[in-house]
Amino acid sequence: MKTIRLAPLWGPAILVLMVCACTPSSSQVLASKESEVKLRSIQSRVFDTPDQNKTMRAVIATLQDLGFVVDKANESLGLVSATKLSGYVLKMTVSVRSRGESQVLVRANAQYNIQAVEEPEPYQRFFDALSQSMFLAAHQM
Amino acid sequence: MRYKAMIQFIVLTTGLVLLLTNCAPPVPRDAMQLPAESLKQRQLQSRQFDTDEKTLLSASAALLQDLGFMIEESEPAYGLIFCSKHREATSTGQVIGAVALALLTGMIPPVDKDQWIRVSVVTQPIVVDAVVLSKCRTVVRVSFQRVVRNDRGLASRQESIVEPQIYRDFFDKLSQSLFLEANAI
Repeated sequence: MKTIRLAPLWGPAILVLMVCACTPSSSQVLASKESEVKLRSIQSRVFDTPDQNKTMRAVIATLQDLGFVVDKANESLGLVSATKLSGYVLKMTVSVRSRGESQVLVRANAQYNIQAVEEPEPYQRFFDALSQSMFLAAHQM
Repeated sequence: MRYKAMIQFIVLTTGLVLLLTNCAPPVPRDAMQLPAESLKQRQLQSRQFDTDEKTLLSASAALLQDLGFMIEESEPAYGLIFCSKHREATSTGQVIGAVALALLTGMIPPVDKDQWIRVSVVTQPIVVDAVVLSKCRTVVRVSFQRVVRNDRGLASRQESIVEPQIYRDFFDKLSQSLFLEANAI
């Protein structure tokens, strides 16, 4: 009967893990996998309306339709934050800023449990739902 | 033999490192997708009142205080109030089940201990009449959710509250609150 002795392998295994774990956890503070430019393009859309308040109310209504509870809002900065609980914790912050005379820029970022959402699909679905609610098309920047 | 063990070691370690560094699961598809029952949910969570936005918001705040919620955020410009309360979540049935299981197996399963209930109230004016307030019409949408923590300190449930009766009772109480506000009680 063949038996493979794993005992001598624990030393190197631990060494490899220690080398991998060398990055301090504080590096997470300014960490992001994607470049800032790419993230902004994934997370932002432009709408052809000058009305910031109406846009933000549509953002809030969309978040509610998606099952979020809106837990923070500030009109002077045009910010809202919301949380969805569904076996997981999905948090989202959305800002609405005017862009020129006749447009608004909507920017969203999300966090799924303890990781940043940096893939385009969830944002695409969010902006699709927002366009429906606003009866307006969302333009890429 | 040594060669085989070495390969096994490399595969094991690589697997473990990958698991530890890159095991983050993607966001579920339905997390940002409008659910099929979204319209039904909206109807359940919304009610229209013949009053202006400010009156409805302050009647909602008064009701939330009646229900023991702490107001954590309010932004009248967007018609938002957010509040929460921290309460116990022990259920007798669950405790009896846990005791029975402990007697049978010798292992004590975790039981729910406390919960945070979170609620947002959002108003949306439909008809605005600055002169005659009773001609105004405003829709209010309320959504409840909760996090339940067990006696090990871990979140055992993170969920939206969808029981229709809770929403119906909330709106009945809100009608009463509006009446009390209108009569300055």
